Amino acid sequence: MMITKQGSGGLFTDPDPDKARLFFRNDKRNARMMKSKIMPLSRAMDWFVRDGDYLAIGGFGSNRTPIAACHEIVRQKRKNLGFLGHTSTHDMQILSAGEVYDRIDISYGVGLEARGLSRCSRSYMESGRVTVTEWTNYSLTARLKAASMGVPFLPARQMLGTDTFERSAAKQATCPFTGMELTLIPALFPDVSVIHVHEADCYGNARFNGIAVSDIELAHASKRLVITAERIVPHCEITRNPDATLIPFYLVDAVCEVPYGAYPGGMPYEYFSDEENLNAWLLAEKTAEGFAEFIQREIFDCKDHNEYIGIHGGIQRMIELRNKELLIEKEVIV
Amino acid sequence: MEMMIVAAAKELENGVTIAVGTGAPCAAAMLAQKTSAPDLIIFFEAGGIHPTLVEMPISVGDSRTFYKASRAGSMGDVMDACARGLVDYTFLGGAQIDMYGNLNSTMIGKDYTKPSVRFPGSGGANDFASLCWRTMVMTIQDKRRFVRKMDFITSPGWLSGHDSRSNSGLPDQTGPHRIITNMAIMDFEPVSRRMRVISLHPGYSVDEVQDNCGFELLRSDSISVTPEPTDHELKVLREDVDPEKYLIGR
Repeated sequence: MMITKQGSGGLFTDPDPDKARLFFRNDKRNARMMKSKIMPLSRAMDWFVRDGDYLAIGGFGSNRTPIAACHEIVRQKRKNLGFLGHTSTHDMQILSAGEVYDRIDISYGVGLEARGLSRCSRSYMESGRVTVTEWTNYSLTARLKAASMGVPFLPARQMLGTDTFERSAAKQATCPFTGMELTLIPALFPDVSVIHVHEADCYGNARFNGIAVSDIELAHASKRLVITAERIVPHCEITRNPDATLIPFYLVDAVCEVPYGAYPGGMPYEYFSDEENLNAWLLAEKTAEGFAEFIQREIFDCKDHNEYIGIHGGIQRMIELRNKELLIEKEVIV
Repeated sequence: MEMMIVAAAKELENGVTIAVGTGAPCAAAMLAQKTSAPDLIIFFEAGGIHPTLVEMPISVGDSRTFYKASRAGSMGDVMDACARGLVDYTFLGGAQIDMYGNLNSTMIGKDYTKPSVRFPGSGGANDFASLCWRTMVMTIQDKRRFVRKMDFITSPGWLSGHDSRSNSGLPDQTGPHRIITNMAIMDFEPVSRRMRVISLHPGYSVDEVQDNCGFELLRSDSISVTPEPTDHELKVLREDVDPEKYLIGR
């Protein structure tokens, strides 16, 4: 295959599937066993997220995103992580506040979609202290897909002709079948990923409702995978309907029960995002001292996610967000 | 803002498929669905396909994007559909646009490694602009947005004009189709692929549009006047699409 162009961005992870195969063979023995992987979130983050690791966060920014895990990573003061900024919004905002990462593969970050831009993420990205490689949403999905297939790259047709390609770590080549120009998207095997789901059993068989975003590809591509779940269910509940299992146990290293684990983001069919909370972040970011106090109160002074929920109105607030998610007030008119 | 959303909605024929993000593009698609294009099929990049949009999503992945939908799929599902040629249109925004319809949503500054302003990046915009058949852009007519030279091309338009897009390897017959602003509608002259004014919104002159554009606009031989929004369109937009005035209040 003739390489015609090459992006100048850095490749933060090794796309070699033979190295990944050895890791999966030797280091995922525990994951392949049907034994309980349940542990507290703090221990899972301590054991499986190490300084210098390349980290990926599932969901879509403020939707079915393991926010409790992001808080815990900041609370434990992880450093020098690589970060997969794939559809990242509030998750990136939290990780930027902790300055836990110093290199990023980015397709979407900094912003919180229609809510506006995060000053904290922005100034960290503008500081020159973060090494950045550009991608697109589809390209990062393709990188995870390639890894999940155990191949070093996938061909694609996006990114051609743009600076996004120039600042990526993709290559361009001429197709051996058609002669057309293609983008070659390298496989991405994250060291560790966290995915939030509705239900999991103690072995890690996990299922969620609503859109998958890129979490199926991510689950298969990840070297280590922590599942946070709204609820732990008995194994017989999983075997009653195995069609519903989206992430099978042999991919999973740890299972943590974290009710409202996506809060203040939303969880489909459970609770809507807390827009007041998310807005409070955007407001607090306006001054450095104010923001430092804010982070102290919101993250470091909270022992765990339960305490965090507690300072935000507890179960009463969760019920309001649940009503909003289910469109209960609008149900009659729809 | 209302004029822009109504004009954009009218560009969508009934029965077509479209990929949209949040904000004005989503409002235009919702308005079209509730007025002239009831059979419009909307795709969201996080996996929501053909939802019943009872309220405007705040995120392209929030639960509104697959409320009573035909499918809650994945990003791969939606992007693969674009790559296979199943998606007719995309509506995009962007911090900056140039005369060939290339978009910048990544950064401003001379040194990429130390940007003076960092924006979110491509998200799905480059993918949609590469793979959907026709790209339409909605943005405010402003010199800071319509620029001669961008610091970064995030998503492809006609690249450097003429045949440069088809030579790049991007899929055949794709590319920018309409640019819809608060003042006018532009298309692209078919040979040079430069932006060209084809319609003015009521009350605006071609000179005013040019004064709010950082590069020279071509002018169509017959520039039309964009129809005024009807009372019905405004009512649907104000009461059903954006009752909280997130967009139209700006």
